[in-house]
Amino acid sequence: MNSARFGGYGGQYIPETLMNTVLEVEKHYNLCKNDPAFAAELDDLLKNYAGRPSMLYFAKRMTGDLGGAKIYLKREDLNHTGSHKINNVLGQALLAKRMGKTRVIAETGAGQHGVATATAAALLGLECEIFMGREDTERQALNVFRMNLLGAKVHTVMSGTQTLKDAVNEALKAWTKRVDDTHYIFGSVMGPHPFPTIVRDFQAVIGREIKAQITKREGRLPDAVIACVGGGSNAMGAFYEFLDDKSVRLIGCEAAGEGVDTGRHAATLSKGSVGIFHGMKSYFCQDVYGQIAPVYSISAGLDYPGIGPEHAYLFDTGRAGYVPVTDDEAVGAFQYLSRIEGIIPAIESAHAVAYAMKLAPTMGGNEIIVVNLSGRGDKDVAAIARYMGVKIDEQA
Amino acid sequence: MSRLKNAFDKKAFIGFVTAGDPSLEKTEEFVLAMAEAGAAVVEIGVPFSDPVAEGEVIERANIRALSVGTTTDKIFDLVKRLRTKTEVPLVLLTYANPVFIYGYGRFFKACGESGIDGIIIPDIPFEEKGELSDYAEKYGVDVISLIAPTSGDRIEKLARSAKGFVYCVSSMGVTGVRSALAENLKEIVGKIKTVTATPVAVGFGISAPKQAAEVCAYADGAIVGSAIVKIVEQYGDEATEHIRRYVADMCESI
Repeated sequence: MNSARFGGYGGQYIPETLMNTVLEVEKHYNLCKNDPAFAAELDDLLKNYAGRPSMLYFAKRMTGDLGGAKIYLKREDLNHTGSHKINNVLGQALLAKRMGKTRVIAETGAGQHGVATATAAALLGLECEIFMGREDTERQALNVFRMNLLGAKVHTVMSGTQTLKDAVNEALKAWTKRVDDTHYIFGSVMGPHPFPTIVRDFQAVIGREIKAQITKREGRLPDAVIACVGGGSNAMGAFYEFLDDKSVRLIGCEAAGEGVDTGRHAATLSKGSVGIFHGMKSYFCQDVYGQIAPVYSISAGLDYPGIGPEHAYLFDTGRAGYVPVTDDEAVGAFQYLSRIEGIIPAIESAHAVAYAMKLAPTMGGNEIIVVNLSGRGDKDVAAIARYMGVKIDEQA
Repeated sequence: MSRLKNAFDKKAFIGFVTAGDPSLEKTEEFVLAMAEAGAAVVEIGVPFSDPVAEGEVIERANIRALSVGTTTDKIFDLVKRLRTKTEVPLVLLTYANPVFIYGYGRFFKACGESGIDGIIIPDIPFEEKGELSDYAEKYGVDVISLIAPTSGDRIEKLARSAKGFVYCVSSMGVTGVRSALAENLKEIVGKIKTVTATPVAVGFGISAPKQAAEVCAYADGAIVGSAIVKIVEQYGDEATEHIRRYVADMCESI
């Protein structure tokens, strides 16, 4: 396999203006990857700053209630900044320093990647600018304020659908304008090569920890690993360590919004087709002429019309399965996990919880499911209240 | 033989419009007006939902064109109509996805049959060109190479593979009118010319006759997009004569 490709997916579909910069990222990444000093610096930050390893928690009440497979939750929500995004950001921010860059930019949907990037930038003394769609700045207003507190400048993106796709467009444009001192920290396993590989490698710590933790606790591998997918970074991070363990089912949960047949969804693999966009060949929601479709999900982090190229490859080869989960199901899981385990999940992660709720009862009590709980739900509380028609006073 | 072959016998002005903005009928008029006013080549933009190499002016034109139902098929029909009226070299500017989705073979066949001479795809760099270059060659369409201020050690490789003309990107960032172009522009054009005899046209940021004259002192042509699309945005259906005058002035200056 070509190192820039996963099967036929991936590649470097970017303007010539960015080519040398992206090639430089690849060169430096390969140097860092093989440098024990880089690994030691990153490990130290992951452990002492981000709080790794994250816990693998046995959800006893949930398991008992659903009456099937044992359910474990990989608690990425307990990381510093509240999601798995910090894993990738610390790695890429260190990489940016190694390249001599003084400024980082990033796109964000739910704001979790933006907050993580702003955090790493503050820690490492980098200038930081975040691009976020106008609709997302409204539904995730709290995260905008967090980024500002951390010293980042947040650009509200007014173009297109004013969500994650458009934030990526504007971040790419901003990078094209200023490459000399700037590194673009892609937040997911997407974009041009080498980003899908870099982000996957930095997120793969999730799967490595799951494997060690479950082996220690249960003496065997899980039967299924479930994660939500937008671009697909937390899923890729959870899956990667298990790719060769064929007994482990890998299941990605896509945002089905109001339903895959309503036209109001972001279920790229269920409903999309192969195309070229945002630097990569992969699956996208699009029309017959290749115009990228407006997509929808209650979850800003999954509200994206594409998916990372390695997921496209895992989908085609059947190594991973991908299922649609609706807004209603995700909101149900959001409430369910809060009540039964006292854990409020991110609405993104709630998509994975929702599928686990369907799958667990169909499995035996001796089987094991690991759900990657990619983030915590504090940021979503106001939006879920709105969805449920509950008025809460945010002015207080 | 591509019509681009003789387009650079003298200094060339290359004008751009987005197809379907405000309508395909008007695009036809605009292209003919540019050709009559002296444009050596006309670029026709295939609108795309997410034109990441474009500044706000052309992005808005893309949205306007799509909102009136412009499609790839309708653009090929437009090109066929144009070819009954003009022999000006026509180059499509589009993004990878509309071409890929149409099917490379089908797309380039339609280019060849309708009378397209070249294609510019900003998000297909040298490394990814291989998947479509055979189709382009088969149907006689030149895939135009872009060279940027950041191309550095890539210039030689890019210039050597150039067909039709080299599109030298004169500014960082996206398309749009600028007062100042990249400082190393003359040097880059000079470097390209040591490697290839293929003509070099400069674009991204040029709007004024003085800028066009300046780049044409060392390059073979000047490309103007946003300044013309701005005229379309301002005058809409009434833009034809304004475009004709603007292009005539630009051609005069070089």
